[in-house]
Amino acid sequence: MKVKHSGHKIKTSMDIKVFNFIGYLLTAVFAIVCVIPFYLVLIGSFTKEKQILTKGFSFFLSIKDFALDGYRCILKSPQSIFSAYGVTIYVTLLGTVLAILIVTMTGYVLSRPDFPWRNKFSFFYFFTTLFSGGLVPWYLLCTKFLHFNNHLYALIIPGLFSVWNMIISKSFMKGIPYELVESAKMDGASEWTVYAKIMMPLSKPLVATLALFTALGYWNDWYNCMLYINDNTKWNLQYMLQNILNSAESMTRIANQTGVVVATLPTESMKMAMTVIATGPIILLYPFLQKYFVKGMTIGSVKG
Amino acid sequence: MGKNKGLYQEKVSFFKKVKKNIPLLVMLIPSLVLIITFSYIPMAGIVIAFKKYNYQAGIFGSPWNGFSNFRYMILSNKLWPLTRNTLLYNAVFIVMGLVCEVGFAIILNEITHKAFKKTAQTMMFLPHFISWVVVATIVLNIFGDHGVLNNLLNSMGLESVNIYSKAKEWPIVMVLMKLWKSTGYGSVVYLAAIVGISPEIYEAAKIDGANIWQRIHNITLPCLKPNIVTMLLLAVGGIFRGDFGMFYQLVGNNQILLQTSDILDTFVYRSMMSTSNMGMAAAAGLYQSVLCFITINLVNYIIKKVDPDYALY
Repeated sequence: MKVKHSGHKIKTSMDIKVFNFIGYLLTAVFAIVCVIPFYLVLIGSFTKEKQILTKGFSFFLSIKDFALDGYRCILKSPQSIFSAYGVTIYVTLLGTVLAILIVTMTGYVLSRPDFPWRNKFSFFYFFTTLFSGGLVPWYLLCTKFLHFNNHLYALIIPGLFSVWNMIISKSFMKGIPYELVESAKMDGASEWTVYAKIMMPLSKPLVATLALFTALGYWNDWYNCMLYINDNTKWNLQYMLQNILNSAESMTRIANQTGVVVATLPTESMKMAMTVIATGPIILLYPFLQKYFVKGMTIGSVKG
Repeated sequence: MGKNKGLYQEKVSFFKKVKKNIPLLVMLIPSLVLIITFSYIPMAGIVIAFKKYNYQAGIFGSPWNGFSNFRYMILSNKLWPLTRNTLLYNAVFIVMGLVCEVGFAIILNEITHKAFKKTAQTMMFLPHFISWVVVATIVLNIFGDHGVLNNLLNSMGLESVNIYSKAKEWPIVMVLMKLWKSTGYGSVVYLAAIVGISPEIYEAAKIDGANIWQRIHNITLPCLKPNIVTMLLLAVGGIFRGDFGMFYQLVGNNQILLQTSDILDTFVYRSMMSTSNMGMAAAAGLYQSVLCFITINLVNYIIKKVDPDYALY
C-alpha cells in the first residue's frame, strides 16, 4: 500500500516538478532584479568619481576605487540635510495623524446604517474620483487663494483626504457589528465616545494600514514641494534629491557652501550618496513594516 | 390642507433628523471642507479653459476667448500624439502588469518553501516603497552615460549606448521600470484571492488526475476572474490618466525623449509652468478630464449591460 501510494505521488508530481523549477527560477531571478539596483546605487555612492567618469558605475567595488567624496561633499554642509529630514519627518507625522482622523471619521459616519444621508454623501465623495477640474484650476486655487507658497502646510493639506482610503475605512467598519454601537449608545455614550472608544480600538488593523500607506505617501512626496516651495530651507528630502539629480543650480549651491569649484565636484557619486541618505531609513525600516503592508493590501482589496 | 400638513411634517422630520445626527454631521465637516475646496471648487475653475488668462486680472477678471485655447491646442498638432502616448503607455502597462502580477501570484502560491517564499516576497515588494525620484537615480545608475549597462557593454568590447537620446527605444525602459516597481506589490491582491480559494476544490481536481496546468487553467484563473475584471475595469477607466510622477521624473525635460514619452499629464504641467499659457494648459487639462469621465462611464455602462455584478458603481 505504501509503495503504491508513493508511486502515485511520483506520477502526479512530474508536472509539479516542471512547474516548481520554472516557478522557483522566475521568482528568484525577479527577486534579485528587484534588489540589485539598490545595491548598485549603494556601490556607486562609494566609488571614486574618476572611476565613474572613466569606466562607469560597476557591479563590484574594489578597494582602490573606494572613496567617500560623495558623502563628504554632501555632509560638509549638513544643515540642509538636517532641515530636509526635519521637514519630511514633521510633515509625515503631522500629516499621517490628521489624515487618519479625518479619513476614519468620515468612513465611520458613512458606515453607520442609521445615518440617513449616507448614500448621498458617499456619492458626493465618490464623484470626485470620476471627474476633476484638472491641474490648472487646482494650482491657481492653492497659490492665489490659499497662499500655499513656501508654507509647510502646503505639503500636508493636499494629502489629508483620500476617497479610496475613506472607502476602505467604510467597508472595514461595516464589518464591525452595529449592535456594539447601539448598546454603547443605550448606556449613554455619545457619538464621539463611540467613535473614539469603540470603533477606533476595533479598527486597529485598519488604522495601522492607513497609517503606513499615508506615511509612505508623505515620505515619498516631492510633487507638492515642487509646486509650492521655492525656499530651499523648507524643501523635503525627496525634492532635495530631485534637485541634486537634475539641476546644476543646486550643485552650484553646494559648491558655494563647501568652497569647492563646481567642475571638481564629484557630481555622480554625490547623486548616489544623496539617494542613499534619502532612502536609507525607509529601506532599513522596510523589513519590519512589510508584513503590515501585505495585510493592508488585503484589507484594501475588500470591495467597498 | 392635508398636503400642507404633510409638507410641514416632512420639514419637521428633516430638522429632527439633522438634530439627531449633529455629531455625525460634525464628523464629516473636515473631509467635506477638503473635498469641496480641493475637488469641487476647482471644477468651477475650468472656465479658465475658455479664457485668455492673465495673472493680474485673475480667473474671473480675465476676458473670455471662447474655444481659441482648444483651437490653439489642436492646431499645434500636439493633442493626438499626447493622447496616443498616454493611451498606448497605459495599455501596455495594464496588459503586461496584469500578466506579470497574476503570473507571480500563481507561482508564489505554489511555492511551499516558507523561508524562500517570504524572502522573495520581501525583495519583490521593495521597489514599491521608493519614490520615482529614487527610481530616476536608479535609471541613471544603470542606463546613464556612465551607467552599469555601458560599463558592461564596454568591457565586452561593444560601443556605449546613450539611451537618453534614443526616443524609440526609451518606452522599453519605461515599461521595464513600471513593471519592476509595481509587479511584486500588485501580485498581493491576486495572491490573497488565490489563498482564499477552497483547498477542497484543488484536492478534488488532484484526485481526478488534473495536472498543475489544468488546475491553474480550470480552477485558479476562473476563481480569480472577479478580481481580474475589477482591477481591469478600474485600470481601463483611468486609461487617459497617466502616471505623472513616473514620466516627470524619468523623462523630465529631455526634448528628444519627449517625442515618444510626453503624456497629457506632463504636457499640462509643463505648459502651466513654462509657457505660462494658463488658458491652453487648462484646456488640455479639461480635455483630459472629460476624456477620463467619458471612459469610466462608458466602461461602467458596458459592464452593467454585460454583467451587472461587476459594475463599479
